[in-house]
Amino acid sequence: MTRETLLSIEGISKSYPGVKANDDVSFRIGEGEVHALLGENGAGKSTLVKMIYGLVKPDEGKMAFRREGYAPSEPREARSLGVAMVFQHFSLFDALNVAENVALGMDNPPPMRELASRIREVSESYGLPLDPSRLVGDLSAGERQRVEIIRCLLQDPKLLIMDEPTSVLTPQEVEILFHTLRKLAAEGTSILYISHKLEEIKALCDEATILRRGKVVGTCTPREQSAREMAEMMVGATLNAPERAATEPGPVALTVTDLSVASPSAFGTSLKGVGFEVRQGEVLGIGGVAGNGQDELLLALSGEIRTPAETVRIHGRGIGHLGPNERRRDGVCTAPEERLGHAAAPDMSLMENALLSASVRKNLTRRGFIDWQGTRDYAEGVVKTFDVRTPGIGTAARALSGGNLQKFVLGREIMQEPEVIIVNQPTWGVDAAAAAFIRQALLNRAAAGAAVVVISQDIDEIMEIADRFAALNEGRLSEPVPTQGLTIDQIGLMLGGAHGMHDAEVPHHVHP
Amino acid sequence: MFILEKRPTPSKFWAWGTPFLAVVLTMIAGSIMFAVLGKNPFEAIRTIFWDPLFNEQFAAYSRPQLLVKAGPLILIAIGLSLGFRAGIWNIGAEGQYIMGAIFGAGVGLAFYPLDAFYIFPLMVIAGAAGGLLWAMIPAILKTRFSTNEILVSLLLVYVAENILASMSLGLLRNPEGGGFPGSRNLSQYDAAANHELFAGTGMHWGVVAAFIAVIASYILLQRHMLGFQIKLAGQAPRAARFAGVSPNKLVVLCMAISGALAGLAGVFEVSGPAGQISIDFNVGYGFTAIIVAFLGRLNPIGILLAGLLMALTYIGGELAQFMLGLPSAAIQAFQGMLLFFLLAVDLLSNYRIRLMLFAKEAR
Repeated sequence: MTRETLLSIEGISKSYPGVKANDDVSFRIGEGEVHALLGENGAGKSTLVKMIYGLVKPDEGKMAFRREGYAPSEPREARSLGVAMVFQHFSLFDALNVAENVALGMDNPPPMRELASRIREVSESYGLPLDPSRLVGDLSAGERQRVEIIRCLLQDPKLLIMDEPTSVLTPQEVEILFHTLRKLAAEGTSILYISHKLEEIKALCDEATILRRGKVVGTCTPREQSAREMAEMMVGATLNAPERAATEPGPVALTVTDLSVASPSAFGTSLKGVGFEVRQGEVLGIGGVAGNGQDELLLALSGEIRTPAETVRIHGRGIGHLGPNERRRDGVCTAPEERLGHAAAPDMSLMENALLSASVRKNLTRRGFIDWQGTRDYAEGVVKTFDVRTPGIGTAARALSGGNLQKFVLGREIMQEPEVIIVNQPTWGVDAAAAAFIRQALLNRAAAGAAVVVISQDIDEIMEIADRFAALNEGRLSEPVPTQGLTIDQIGLMLGGAHGMHDAEVPHHVHP
Repeated sequence: MFILEKRPTPSKFWAWGTPFLAVVLTMIAGSIMFAVLGKNPFEAIRTIFWDPLFNEQFAAYSRPQLLVKAGPLILIAIGLSLGFRAGIWNIGAEGQYIMGAIFGAGVGLAFYPLDAFYIFPLMVIAGAAGGLLWAMIPAILKTRFSTNEILVSLLLVYVAENILASMSLGLLRNPEGGGFPGSRNLSQYDAAANHELFAGTGMHWGVVAAFIAVIASYILLQRHMLGFQIKLAGQAPRAARFAGVSPNKLVVLCMAISGALAGLAGVFEVSGPAGQISIDFNVGYGFTAIIVAFLGRLNPIGILLAGLLMALTYIGGELAQFMLGLPSAAIQAFQGMLLFFLLAVDLLSNYRIRLMLFAKEAR
């Protein structure tokens, strides 16, 4: 199939102090083509698309848009030519409604009433139900993404760039999104789709360019390649699926009964009567779309939010009233989702960050005085065992890439040999190799007799490592079921999914 | 055009270099101001920075004053710096300083004219307690009712000033003072006096306490879990909660330490250099200490140096008023410039300045 070239990129290079983010990158995107940009975190995908969108200027190389020289100096210029982008992190205001948010992102917004009707029009014709008058703070992550997409579609783009769009969606929402993207492509809009989820790329994309360490290492037609082959091109090594030792679960280690917690934040979700138990050697996966109470559940289990003693029990003993360090002493370790600012202090060194949560279980203090030698040894042990790539343990946490910092955070908790470990989003934004490593480490901890709770939005991840699955939806937890034999559709329904939600909402949106 | 580029990690060089750069810039800008006022700028700068220490005529008087003035500044600033590091803003050290002086002097005067070795230690304890209790008001209001400690601690300064006035006119007034306001002079009451320890140095117990506070705070921040928690709470409050730090406990603790140290500074001052409780006892050490704490980058060693520098500008400023006839407002403006430049060049430690030749490309 030959298409007219929409955008061609030739020999683009971009350096930052100490790192070559892009090195002589060339590829082309045809009209109406869905082109995948595939690569691990830090491979240079974001830098590349930022150059296309005019946020960053290349050091060398040139781009051509419809055969004409293209060198946008700012996003406004890129947008005027028809290049639009949906970012991984949304830039929306919770306290404003959908139409107001859309208007804020436009260069020349029409009057509000007209805008609202156009939003409704576009959302219906592309199958993305959205009510312009709703407050963004009340929307789910999937609906927020729709706001961003519709904001782009209103500008009638020729090229739509999507950065990791499915990381916040349920399987059903992913289907809706893909349906929209296919329709756009059929109408002639080109799509540059950035992801490291290979199955999605196989399902959606016509062509793929694979980046590794800033260089193009290959191109392929995703439909004709196996996911494994693409993964190996991406990582540059052979990948091993995590291994699970088949062990019989032991006695119950962690019991949560009727746990209700008011959310500490205004747009958070309160927990309502959550209950489950986890046995020694078992991995419980808790799925759910972002913002359904995951953060609150982790806070209540880590001890940052205290509850009546009997709501959280370890080996039958109530610990709900205890703080984080007392729980650590009892063998409960946790890893929050937000790595910088919650699990780790950004400006502190890895050594200080090791002390942050390991001081109790690793006896790193003597009568309140810090044993820096012991702390240094522990931090170095974590860096070594978990293959954290860093110049040294004196490096500030914020200087590490997401995957490396996550390996450090997980390593710091796992090497304390907890009896119960609870992690929220262990591999979010982490490259494939690091994700596989982290999952294996969690499975190893379970094999060593710990009860493991993995809170994750990544269904594949849960299916890969969990023994049982429960869904968190609007602060309520479903009854855990064995993952063996569970289908993606069943999971989607448990997540509160798309059926319950969207079928009910579509008519509401059509006739507001 | 110039653009600012965020550094990946804060520059160690500029973290220590900015205070020196700020002092140099202050001297330059100050010189211009003095020149505009019709004074010889070189002479003015020399009078402020050099003469107090090395001029044959004045040094004998000025040199001891350096420690006398720096002592309370350092002592108070050390206490404040711990809270500031944790994100707890005690602005009312001046009030805590006054209450420390009143409590300490009150205990000493209650024993008058008894001569016993325990009187001075008791005064010191009472002084620390006075400052601590005064600081507990904003601390407890904050932890119980989420009030803003900046406002409460600041407003309590004015309450303390009125208590001071009432004390010097009423309860603590010298019965033999012929009706003049002000208490008995403690420096003339041996058991309660904070005498100069070595003649001609200005060294008194308050200066000793300041040095001890510098060392203790250095050890606390470098070696102790509490110091780690203080830094953590200031830098990443959520990570601090994850690490098991209770924000309320930290508020009470930091306010207690800063209040107690300010109270100590008050009692050492009232029993030594000032000598008595009087309406104009407080001269703003509690506020200047805030500048000292930041000038020293909230670091104990930095605060020691900043306290000495600040004291020097005070003494030198007085000397310049006296010798060159500079208005006192010019001296205050000069001291203000120091803080201004310090804050202005502070961004060099987190950002680097790059010269861009093509303004358009810079975007």
